[in-house]
Amino acid sequence: MNQHVRPPIRSEYDLVLPPFVEVPVERVLPLSTRIWQQGWLRKGLILVALALVWEALARWQDNDLLLPGFGATLAALVEGLGSGELLERARISLTVLAEGYLGGVVLAFGLTTLAVSTQFGRDLLSTLTAMFNPLPAIALLPLALLWFGLGSGSLIFVLVHAVLWPLALNTFAGFQGVPETLRMAGRNYGLTGLAYVWQILIPAALPAILSGLKIGWAFAWRTLIAAELVFGAASGQGGLGWYIYQNRNELYTDRVFAGLLLVIAIGLIVENVVFATFERLTVRRWGMVR
Amino acid sequence: MTLVAERRDVSAARPEPSPARTEAEAPPAGLPAPLLRVSDLTLEYRTPERVVRATHRVGFDVYEADRFILLGPSGCGKSTLLKAIAGFIPPVEGSITLGGEVVRGPGPDRIVVFQEFDQLPPWKTVAQNVAFPLRAAGLVGRREAEARARHYIDKVGLTPFADSYPHQLSGGMKQRVAIARALATQPKVLLMDEPFAALDALTRRKMQEELLALWEEVRFTLLFVTHSIEEALVVGNRVALLSPHPGRLRGEYNSHDFDLTSVGSAAFQAAVQRLHGRLFETDPETPVPAAPAR
Repeated sequence: MNQHVRPPIRSEYDLVLPPFVEVPVERVLPLSTRIWQQGWLRKGLILVALALVWEALARWQDNDLLLPGFGATLAALVEGLGSGELLERARISLTVLAEGYLGGVVLAFGLTTLAVSTQFGRDLLSTLTAMFNPLPAIALLPLALLWFGLGSGSLIFVLVHAVLWPLALNTFAGFQGVPETLRMAGRNYGLTGLAYVWQILIPAALPAILSGLKIGWAFAWRTLIAAELVFGAASGQGGLGWYIYQNRNELYTDRVFAGLLLVIAIGLIVENVVFATFERLTVRRWGMVR
Repeated sequence: MTLVAERRDVSAARPEPSPARTEAEAPPAGLPAPLLRVSDLTLEYRTPERVVRATHRVGFDVYEADRFILLGPSGCGKSTLLKAIAGFIPPVEGSITLGGEVVRGPGPDRIVVFQEFDQLPPWKTVAQNVAFPLRAAGLVGRREAEARARHYIDKVGLTPFADSYPHQLSGGMKQRVAIARALATQPKVLLMDEPFAALDALTRRKMQEELLALWEEVRFTLLFVTHSIEEALVVGNRVALLSPHPGRLRGEYNSHDFDLTSVGSAAFQAAVQRLHGRLFETDPETPVPAAPAR
């Protein structure tokens, strides 16, 4: 190879560009693509597909006692909702759930605020989460019944336990992930203590906090239904879990499925309406998650 | 040629505290009291294994409306020095006084413009971001904060983007917001930590131009950290040169005659060469050629 090849010297040129008119600079996407971009449509199709598979399986099985079809379940659900019984059960469950969930959230924020401000708080949080996070909430229920009696008190206790640890862990991880520059900017403005946590750390860690809230919600919901299945009628009026348990005993399998369907539906609504709206108004709008 | 190693005697006397030190402390005749005085400042930072000395007995004075540059290679502790002045790092030795008061912690009288773009809370719009320190520090009421935010957003030419979120802006625009936010707070001294280093060359040049235009208009006091000799000479009126490991003051030089239009001139190139020689001198014992008298 000749090392001394020099590129040829070419003449310069100057173009006067006319305005660009051949094709539009921007084009709208085809209608089908735009429709397919709707998240609710894609998720809805998944749900429809699952319902069809369920119905097909039930018809093939052909035993209403073991596996009622989607249609039969839907009929039981409509009947339950119409009579008001299911709504009342759901209301009872959700009220207990809200109390336990809020309690867990408040405690989690208290614990993590302590953890970001002191070394002792950090040690306390990491030790407590390491100890209690792996402990299934339902395992605490017998103990809770002993301590708080047969009432919503023990349910709330296990709910707090179900929410507190995962949320505290996620929130703390989120706080630690806040960029150093943003922290310094906040302190630079003269923010300290609780104002600093509220105005800088919590918004900056919101994606992690939100995922903690979602995990906490799922844990709480499943713990509540499970607890009601076992000790549900404790307070005299049971929630959704108790409804499922009762109907299983009486072999109303379609009602069992209707109860389960409502549990799933509430979960889907909370996830796709409540959390999704909150996400859209905050972290998505701020460009913190895509 | 204006690059004069002024006060060489003073800076030479600085490293060792001596009886002559007290005389050097007093403002030289004909000068007003300095706004910001850094004296004998030693800073250290911790890594998990060791304690590292970032600066060793650094001292300089910044006067009202100065555009004071801290110039040095990486490892000379210039950013650490700026963070100490901002109040994020407590001094090991020496003191920092701003307007006669000792700096004890971060506060809104020293707003920092960082290099990183993530200094703007992403959950606030441009207008909210500029008003945020005003409200957080409780300096002014809501209405006044909004009015002031609008005023300074207009100054940096971002009025059309006042309601956009930071993630919708380019890097240069984010730095403009950071500068507007800093100016709106009307700090006693504006601290800038390589604010344009993460920008492309064209945007950087434009931002330097805009910063100088803003200074012409508002006459804030600026302490500016950079590792670019050209940027130091263009932006500053006085350049303090720091040597690395640990950071010690190598000298202070005037650069008030230079602006973006003088970049190509012979005097500017000579000044660059001088500073370049001092930055890259191999043997610190080599005597520096005497500075031509002004």
